[in-house]
Amino acid sequence: MLKYIANRLLQIVVTLFVFFALTYFILDAQPGDITLQYVNNPKFTKEQREALRRRLGLDKPAYVRFFQWMGNTLRGDLGESYQYRKPVMDVLLERAPRTIFLFLTATLIEFFVGYWLGRVLAWQRGTGLEYGITVVGAFFYTVFTPWFALMMIYLFGFTLKWFPIGKFLDVTLWRAAPKGLTANQIFINLLLTMTLLAVALVVVYYLTRRMNPYRASLFRWSALIGGAAIVVGYWAASPVAKYAWDILYHMALPIIVLTLINFSGTMLLTRTTMLETLREDYIMAARAKGLPERVVRDKHAARNAVLPVFTSLIISLPFILGGGIITETVFSWEGLGLTLLTASTTGDIPLVMGSFLFIGTLALLAHLVADIAYAFLDPRIRYA
Amino acid sequence: MTTAPAETAFHIQEPLWKIRLRIAWKGLKQSWALFTENKIGLVGLGIIVFFGLMALAHPILMHTVWEPNIYDPFIGNDPTILQHPSPPSARHLLGTDPVGRDVLSQLMYSTQSEFVLGLLAAIVTVTIATSVGAISAYFGGALDAFFMRLADLINILPFIALLVVLTAFFDFGMIELALLIGILSGFGGTTIIFKAQALTIKVKPYIEAAKVAGGSDLHIIFRHIVPNLMPLAFLNMMFTVTGAIFSEAALSFFGLLNLRMSWGIMINTTQAAGYLLGGWKYWYLIVPPGLAITLLCSAFYLVGRALDEVVNPRLRRR
Repeated sequence: MLKYIANRLLQIVVTLFVFFALTYFILDAQPGDITLQYVNNPKFTKEQREALRRRLGLDKPAYVRFFQWMGNTLRGDLGESYQYRKPVMDVLLERAPRTIFLFLTATLIEFFVGYWLGRVLAWQRGTGLEYGITVVGAFFYTVFTPWFALMMIYLFGFTLKWFPIGKFLDVTLWRAAPKGLTANQIFINLLLTMTLLAVALVVVYYLTRRMNPYRASLFRWSALIGGAAIVVGYWAASPVAKYAWDILYHMALPIIVLTLINFSGTMLLTRTTMLETLREDYIMAARAKGLPERVVRDKHAARNAVLPVFTSLIISLPFILGGGIITETVFSWEGLGLTLLTASTTGDIPLVMGSFLFIGTLALLAHLVADIAYAFLDPRIRYA
Repeated sequence: MTTAPAETAFHIQEPLWKIRLRIAWKGLKQSWALFTENKIGLVGLGIIVFFGLMALAHPILMHTVWEPNIYDPFIGNDPTILQHPSPPSARHLLGTDPVGRDVLSQLMYSTQSEFVLGLLAAIVTVTIATSVGAISAYFGGALDAFFMRLADLINILPFIALLVVLTAFFDFGMIELALLIGILSGFGGTTIIFKAQALTIKVKPYIEAAKVAGGSDLHIIFRHIVPNLMPLAFLNMMFTVTGAIFSEAALSFFGLLNLRMSWGIMINTTQAAGYLLGGWKYWYLIVPPGLAITLLCSAFYLVGRALDEVVNPRLRRR
């Protein structure tokens, strides 16, 4: 197993190198460079332009610049953003928590909703309900996201006024915020408490694994409710509760939209894998034993069908970092996706490369985690 | 008993191509029966046919009923209406856009290019993915490793993010975009699916037989493996069309593509002119293109899912 992980890590390093080289040279191949921004300015002389090019290192050949960039990146210096005039690393670190918190929450919610519905769907094969849910699911799966999100904003934010429109906080409320309190602190704290809760739940799940099913489910449910109560209580008692609530309130509509758009992917995948599992002999054996249909569905079929769904969840996790371009743009949620879009449209190459670095590294690591988790979940798979 | 083979051989007088055609026709009829079992696929097919008719109707209408000066999708303007955008009326069934162009005409005109984009992207994807998948499954080794690592590389990035960056830095039209989507998904995730399928075909006895009979590598790949990948290819084309239309619409919505007219551009124009949150008063500017994108995407997706049940015997009901 260790040898396998080491081998994979080596592959990841090689893949990342090739990936960065490709992106770097493709972006470099575009006509013109940043100094052409001032080409219409009569006060900007040719000599000044040359000086600027030299200062930015644009006079050197591309491969020299690439290795320079690579070396700086390894030292943790991603260069300076043309657009914001600050280090790329600062820009990315400022925006990452917002994106991660929003999309992590949304992904977890859509995964559970989709898995639960897919299980039901496979069982209702050939009924009107199945056709209904599949058509509705396919509609949401393929719906034109910007259009749908705008419609939702119009309906819930504009007409009904249930949720705020755009941005992740209410500026008038935050003006009165205590000194030193930034939205990012709250995002990071929310992320931390969520992670702690998740870890606690996983620990409880593993501890109760060998128990009798009724006692186990009692323990699990009380752990879930108790844990959630502790988290909510902690946040309600903290002095920044008002501000945390403001952020959560702004997050509600994006999460609803993301869940509606994404749940059907998980749902249809669960349905397909369930239908494949239902043909296995052990399902027939479970039925022949006279087990109730619900037990066959939940304990025998769904447990085995969850594997590909779980992999797709882990693989989709890095995509939350950059895949949210459309959602973030429509909701004016200043996260990594919106940063990538504005950086691309304004020609801010250091920022584009930095965003790609974040997304690419995390994606490759997630693939590795998915493969390792697979070996734990499916005893038939062993990496020698 | 001994004369039987000779007799059957004597009775076959039809040319070979006719027999092949009949077999193909029979297979098609069987697949069609399986396909129609699933009502979802028929719904999708119906929607596709509807949009196909819309695309065909546009040039006909332009030449007969619609006056080119008024109904042109790019430069048309109706001088009898004072204020644009104007709500749906008898002259303009879906109203006019902020610049005074007929929305229905734009919608129907864009349908043509969406079909071209989707089908071109799908054909490129499937051509690349079938040949690369078959070749890397058949030869294995370094060639296989290279193509699979390449697929991983393309798979790393979110598709839309990559397209956003490429289209922002380079000038892309409809055809270039279709080729780009085709190449990216052809060498990307689709190849992996095709290779997995090709691996299961490679170990079939008839491949061994073809090898023993002295078939060359290319003969085996293109006459024995690739035809067996065709059902999967057809299925994958549907999903690629969905992805391509969606990507084009999203990129046009961001204003990154160099196009004259498309459904995404219609939404982009509405947004840029500030009519987006103008309420239901301006529904005719945003609902038709948005719904058209969604319907056509889901139609191809539904057909794809129905085909999945035809192609993949493990999903069939019986």
